[in-house]
Amino acid sequence: MAVQTEVATETVTVHIMGKRYEVPKGLTILKAIEYAGYRLVRGVGCRGGFCGACATVYRKAGDFRLKVGLACQTVAEDGMYLTQIPFYPATKAIYDINALKPSADAVLRYYPEVVRCLQCGTCLKVCPQELDVMRYIAAAMRGDIAKAADLSFDCIQCGLCTSRCPAEISHYHVAMLSRRLYAKHIASPAPHLTQRLEEIRAGKFDAELEALMKADKETLRKLYAERDIEPEELVPSTKTDED
Amino acid sequence: MPYPEMMQESIAKVEETRSRRLRESFPRLSLEERQRLLEAYHPDYRRETFRPLAVGPNKGDLVPNELADLLEAKSRIDPDLFDLSRVDYETDVLIIGGGGAGTAAALWAQEQGVDVLIATKLRWGDANTMMAQGGIQAADKPNDSPARHYLDVMGGGGFVNIPELVKALVTDAPFIIRWLESLGVMFDKEPDGTMITVHGGGTSRRRMHSCRDYTGMEIMRVLRDEARNRGIQAWEFRPAVELLLDESRQCVGVILYDLETEEYFVVRAKAVVLATGGMGRLHIQGFPTTNHYGATADGIVIAYRAGARMIFMDTVQYHPTGVAYPEQILGQLVTEKVRGLGAHLINVDGERFIYELETRDVVSAAIIRECTDKGKGVVTPTGMVGVWLDTPMIDILRGKGTIQRALPAMVRQFARFGIDITKEPILVYPTQHYQNGGIIIRDDASSEIAGLFVAGEVSGGVHGRNRLMGNSLLDILVFGRRAGLSAAEWAKQASPGTPTLDHVRDYHRQLQEAGINTDRVSPMLLPDYTSEIARIRRLGGVTIG
Ligand SMILES: Cc1cc2nc3c(=O)[nH]c(=O)nc-3n(C[C@H](O)[C@H](O)[C@H](O)COP(=O)(O)OP(=O)(O)OC[C@H]3O[C@@H](n4cnc5c(N)ncnc54)[C@H](O)[C@@H]3O)c2cc1C
Ligand code: SF4
Ligand code: SF4
Ligand code: FES
Repeated sequence: MAVQTEVATETVTVHIMGKRYEVPKGLTILKAIEYAGYRLVRGVGCRGGFCGACATVYRKAGDFRLKVGLACQTVAEDGMYLTQIPFYPATKAIYDINALKPSADAVLRYYPEVVRCLQCGTCLKVCPQELDVMRYIAAAMRGDIAKAADLSFDCIQCGLCTSRCPAEISHYHVAMLSRRLYAKHIASPAPHLTQRLEEIRAGKFDAELEALMKADKETLRKLYAERDIEPEELVPSTKTDED
Repeated sequence: MPYPEMMQESIAKVEETRSRRLRESFPRLSLEERQRLLEAYHPDYRRETFRPLAVGPNKGDLVPNELADLLEAKSRIDPDLFDLSRVDYETDVLIIGGGGAGTAAALWAQEQGVDVLIATKLRWGDANTMMAQGGIQAADKPNDSPARHYLDVMGGGGFVNIPELVKALVTDAPFIIRWLESLGVMFDKEPDGTMITVHGGGTSRRRMHSCRDYTGMEIMRVLRDEARNRGIQAWEFRPAVELLLDESRQCVGVILYDLETEEYFVVRAKAVVLATGGMGRLHIQGFPTTNHYGATADGIVIAYRAGARMIFMDTVQYHPTGVAYPEQILGQLVTEKVRGLGAHLINVDGERFIYELETRDVVSAAIIRECTDKGKGVVTPTGMVGVWLDTPMIDILRGKGTIQRALPAMVRQFARFGIDITKEPILVYPTQHYQNGGIIIRDDASSEIAGLFVAGEVSGGVHGRNRLMGNSLLDILVFGRRAGLSAAEWAKQASPGTPTLDHVRDYHRQLQEAGINTDRVSPMLLPDYTSEIARIRRLGGVTIG
């Protein structure tokens, strides 16, 4: 119990937009800002690292380096000077995904600024998802849409890369276009889905469904209890570590 | 923050029993055993935390106290003072809520040639949909069928689901997956296009489709991108605070409140789609939650005030595996896919205590039993209790690199706090996750109020008393689409009368008659997480509201 009291009373000093606050040690930046009394409207969304609403930049006293992080996923530390970037302007192109081909042309037509990349690496240093942002931009630029889609998949659209890029690229919009191009035009449509849709259209399951809908609770219980369960497939996947 | 010593001892036991556990199987519970476990340990059965509603169409029905507080509260609007004559915007279909259900509704409504506007509380896509990790169900493999899916849904829901809604859910499912595929959603696939599918709790076939462990995020961002391409407008930071009904009690518009400028907007619409999501941020019974910041039951509150009935609001889904350590991410989700991929749940002694893919309510109850009466929970330095989820097993079962490939979000989340889930287990405890019930709908997503359509987590009936994983992402798209289509069709022939707030006046009178004199106002819109001292200072030291 002694440990618990100690944890609760220990505080750190943080500076929110230049104003000093004492907050309990161990809180995330998001919770620290709230603890300090801010009822947030901007700069918070999922609270779980998925939405990118809480991008934050900070410096620690005595350190020249500018750091970034997600407020909901980063612990507030003593001596932080921080501010949130709840919005950063970035232009999204308007396109008809059906009319495009998965090629460099599509990327360059809507986001021609990608060719201005200086390969400075700033974007990959700031990405809170630790994505190789520079490489996905390079892949998109040269038309390797599959690679751009794969490398950018975990992007949460926080805009931190875009806020720091000297070439003024809107990375996450390029990534969005690349992924949709890949999934729509490169990946094969699922064959079993086509078959199932035909079966449904032909009414193959109608009678069975109607019967289930009419069945009383006891019949359903019985059917449910007796239904067979597909075994787990435990053969290690064919893909390996390296891909 | 790697594990402290007090927890390391128990981890050693988890490792010790791992090779034996890999060989042994654990029995499933019979329906009777499940029921007994639920009654003894599931939070829904702690009846002292519920109360019967004093007013409204569900008067007398039990709901959680936290929700009752919002339903037995006044409107933010004074119906006698508010001026409805100034109309700020007119549209055919107004969609409340920019999550998955709302955005799907917008896309399908607009395709029918009507004007559409989305009004949402935070940014477009700040929603539970964005957070869904595990996957989306659809019976599209040869060994599966919509009928099997139907049976699984009914069994999971306690056989009380509304049959027509379940039928719509399972028969539209393959179509929805094809729709997503055609929009450019990047599903996990084999090279020939075959979907990689796994089990979820309560599934009899492997029918969980995924986009790594960012399934909801991928679906949400593609839908939003497509809607932007099609010129669909969204008003952000403008939540709905009240519906408008005409003299025949038909829904003809909404009052929105701008969170930043503090203005009220009157929007007239021929049809309204309610897609406001769930209520995790009410923290039922003090549980932490997996839900986003805006999950505060607003839709339930405003629809109920307008006379819409609710169903199954006395049951809440607790996800069995919320984070119990580290403290910073307490209550956040550890996706069920982790168990789907084979990880065991283990107590302090290194032993299994439940078959991991029982339905969520059952697994949650089993964990609570382990951590309370059985005293077999693992205690953290801040006094939280939990059980282990043995993640390293996944790579042993399925090959090295599987965890990294299939669960990048999970790996990253824990790595941020110094825990390597490919080598160490994670500590979990149930967390408030999903609103099983909601506003009653028909299979065309219409509600009992003319002109009001309801879709997604705010609706009730599809999942009965307990939703299965992967059926909610499906639900929001199946019924989001149906709501969009129905609303467009309605809007084309509707003749809306004059908007009024008579229903609010009525509701206030009912409250008074029931002897409820309160300062509480609802909807909540956003929770207040400021410290108690900050709240006291805000009120000049008078009271805490
Ligand atoms: C962490 C997590 C993981 C999940 N994983 C899965 C999974 O793997 N598979 C699955 O099937 N399901 C999963 N679910 C459940 C599923 O994601 C949700 O139930 C579903 O996405 C809800 O969609 P929705 O559109 O109804 O609501 P939401 O996506 O929550 O959208 C509701 C929107 O309405 C807005 N809103 C709220 N109040 C108002 C108001 N007053 N006015 C205007 N707008 C308002 C909100 O801000 C939000 O944008 C998960 C849920 C969570 C939280
Ligand atoms: S920050 Fe901009 S210029 Fe620098 S590498 Fe990234 S994309 Fe290129
Ligand atoms: S790529 Fe850019 S927008 Fe995406 S997560 Fe990384 S920093 Fe944020
Ligand atoms: S609040 Fe969504 S990522 Fe931090």
